Amino acid sequence: MFGEKELRRVADQVLAASTADETEVLILAEDDQLTRFANSIIHQNVAERDASVRVRAVVGKRTGVASTNDLSPRSLQAAAARALETARLQPANPDLLPMAEPAAITRVAAYSEATAACTPEARARGAAAICRLAQEAGLSAAGAFSTGEREVVVANSHGLFAYHAGTVADLNTVIMGNDSSGYASQTDLDVARIDAEAAGREAVGKALRSRQPRELAPGVYPVLLEAYAVEEMLDYVAHLGFGALAVQEGRSFMAGRFGQQIVDPRISIWDDGLDPAGLPMPFDFEGVPKRRVDIIRGGVAAGVVYDRQTAAKEGREPTGHGLPAPNTRGPMPGNLFMAAGTATREEMLRALGRGLYVTRFHYVNPVHPLKAVLTGMTRDGTFLIENGEIAAPVKNLRFTQGVLEALSQVVAVGAHTVLGRGWFGGTRAPDLALGEFRFSGATQF
Amino acid sequence: MRELAERALNVAQLRGASYADVRVVRRERQEIAVKNGQVGQLVLDEDQGFGVRVIVDGAWGFASSSLTTAAEAERVAAQAVAIARASALVKGEGVQLGPPEAHVASYHTAVSKDPFAVALEDKLALLLAADEAMRRVRGVRVSEANLAFLRETKLLVSTEGARVEQVLVESGAGLEATAVGDGELQKRSYPNSFGRHQGTAGYEFVEALDLVGHAQATAEEAVALLSAPTCPSGVMTLIIGGSQLALQVHESCGHPTELDRVFGSEASYAGTSFLTPEKLGTFRYGSPLVNLTADATLPGGLGTFGFDDEGVPAQRAPLVREGIFVGYLTSRETAARLGQRSNGTMRADGWNRMPIIRMTNINLEPGMWALRDLIADTDEGLFIDTNKSWSIDDKRLNFQFGTEVAYEIKNGRLGRLFKNATYTGITPQFWGSCDAICGPAEWRIWGTPNCGKGQPSQVAHVGHGTAPARFRNVQVGVMR
Repeated sequence: MFGEKELRRVADQVLAASTADETEVLILAEDDQLTRFANSIIHQNVAERDASVRVRAVVGKRTGVASTNDLSPRSLQAAAARALETARLQPANPDLLPMAEPAAITRVAAYSEATAACTPEARARGAAAICRLAQEAGLSAAGAFSTGEREVVVANSHGLFAYHAGTVADLNTVIMGNDSSGYASQTDLDVARIDAEAAGREAVGKALRSRQPRELAPGVYPVLLEAYAVEEMLDYVAHLGFGALAVQEGRSFMAGRFGQQIVDPRISIWDDGLDPAGLPMPFDFEGVPKRRVDIIRGGVAAGVVYDRQTAAKEGREPTGHGLPAPNTRGPMPGNLFMAAGTATREEMLRALGRGLYVTRFHYVNPVHPLKAVLTGMTRDGTFLIENGEIAAPVKNLRFTQGVLEALSQVVAVGAHTVLGRGWFGGTRAPDLALGEFRFSGATQF
Repeated sequence: MRELAERALNVAQLRGASYADVRVVRRERQEIAVKNGQVGQLVLDEDQGFGVRVIVDGAWGFASSSLTTAAEAERVAAQAVAIARASALVKGEGVQLGPPEAHVASYHTAVSKDPFAVALEDKLALLLAADEAMRRVRGVRVSEANLAFLRETKLLVSTEGARVEQVLVESGAGLEATAVGDGELQKRSYPNSFGRHQGTAGYEFVEALDLVGHAQATAEEAVALLSAPTCPSGVMTLIIGGSQLALQVHESCGHPTELDRVFGSEASYAGTSFLTPEKLGTFRYGSPLVNLTADATLPGGLGTFGFDDEGVPAQRAPLVREGIFVGYLTSRETAARLGQRSNGTMRADGWNRMPIIRMTNINLEPGMWALRDLIADTDEGLFIDTNKSWSIDDKRLNFQFGTEVAYEIKNGRLGRLFKNATYTGITPQFWGSCDAICGPAEWRIWGTPNCGKGQPSQVAHVGHGTAPARFRNVQVGVMR
């Protein structure tokens, strides 16, 4: 951990060294550890300490970027000079905005001393607990237990300085039998809230229950998607369509549909970088404070996230979702939430009566971005639901499904949610029971 | 850097490591992207650091840092040893690496034109010209062109005596045109999708692609796709173009032959493999025409190098011979478990990652056909190319791919253009249906610079040599 004071010193060195009209410094520092286990033994156990400095220089309407992870004064000066030299070579961009002005940043509690201090022995104990549970059940454990701390600084020559420190702990496990598997995952900024025993019990239970799976013909089935599957689905549709640039370029399924009912009224999705129930981050990579953005409210398309460039194009305020500028991807949500409901899992099963129970998805990818059609496989616990109960395990199936269509068929929204690692932060999603979900293929296990 | 590496090695040994290696890696990267006539990205990145990998009490530990000082070398080496001791709390029979690898050697990618010596102005001018040529085509909504260059300088030292220095140079480029209208979004890429085509080569690689010369046709096809009929569904004959076939090889042959996956090391993340050891040497993976090879020695391939990150020399190894599964991609540790010697596929994504088994250049060996003759020999079917969507299960059996283009084949001739083509299948059945492969004249090593694997995640740059090939009875179309 460098700390705010030291990283401010690094940023100031760069700003002092730069002779550009405007200069921006983005520092990402991380100290990460990960303990990985498979076949019920630890087979990888790694640690990393890194800090990179990204310098953006602007001359007139030209911008250039250079980065280094060598924090020596000579290297920082060289990076500033390279950024400037690069800027001078470029054609002018008439749409280039001045860099962000300082703004009040809300401090969020995202740092856990326990996570930062977590030892390899503590992670090994977590892995050992899961491996023991698996072995007691005659199964094999795999997974990863990671802890890390991250510091972010955005500073610029307009006097902006934003600093954030956060931690994250993440434990996931797949427990395997000869013909079965089960999954569990926990993510939290505080490692003290990671319960390896509970994760182990959850995954072992699933692996025991999914033994001797039967074949099931592909087709359209009602589904109960566990929150793990919903979270992954949400991350993909967010990437495809929840950013303003995708809307402006006509690539988003949200384009032209604001104010319209696009999914069931029980579905609400928003981005909130300040909510401690996620992995908070109070500003974006341009130093703009994050605002809560309602994306789908009561099933109605409500908005998308903006960075400074896309906001300026529409004459509105940025929402604090910019990636390091300049970039070709546009703004992205980083702290997504889908509203929880009130239903227990048992109530959801009863409400469905018959259908499929899906623990998680694997290898999801878009098939038709503009229609938000995704494909992927089920994995680590897929079951047939009959008479409102889990009746039998089934072999894994491939789905090919339009997400908006699926979310228009809500039977129930679960009270249970999980936090997962999204593309750029965290995503919290609930269990969902859906009336129709299209499974387009089957596999042999 | 040599001194830092030797110091870390000594500390690791003094702290009790029975084996240690240290890699010092420096990367210089240029990434330039032009979008809709503006420079969307121009990054000059320098990154350096070192990683220490140790075995203590039969268990692995790895620690790394970007701070390249003597004191940090000592701290990181000690940390790696401490981590290995923690690993030993949950260990099996203990790591066995097999015979020592003690090569003292150096390797440098052969380049005709150093890409870092080419002026940035020239690179920008090339991209802007290609971008403009795409934007001239009416109906193009988004045009993108990009270049990427990488120089990786790395040193490996080990307690077994390995001292390997390498300089790997990569160059890559690509175009993408997007057309939007009537509820449709269609993209066309050149020469490959998802960014670019890349190889271990100098700037001559970019010049040979002739981005500007291909820009207009790429954009026109994107626009044509908007009004093209949807690809029909059914069980059909497919001729799959080289770039799509490269991804097919990647997903359905490359990944399942990674022996760490087979042994379960990736079980919780990327998955395992259907190619379990009892199948080695007997399992029919494909038709007798199908020969698949891992070859890290091919000049220009994106998976080409001198030595892997365990110091094992680059090799050519058969994976599938005349349709029979005969080999894996191996590391020292995994090969030893099969009584074999590593075929040199352990690579790390930089100084801060532990090496894991990665594809090198995984190639479908060429056949005898000319593409023109193959199409003429096909009464009815589709010619498809350029990946648009991909997904495969965690044992690498059930796949579904979408392609940017599909052309009808009727009576031996190419016909209408179709949009939104997808095809699906089960790996050994699919490869078993291969009845023709084009020859060396149409064989090319495609570069895939975005292969993800491992926790923490690692992105590998790998290659796939392919020529167009024909497959019978393939299920086409799954989308509503």
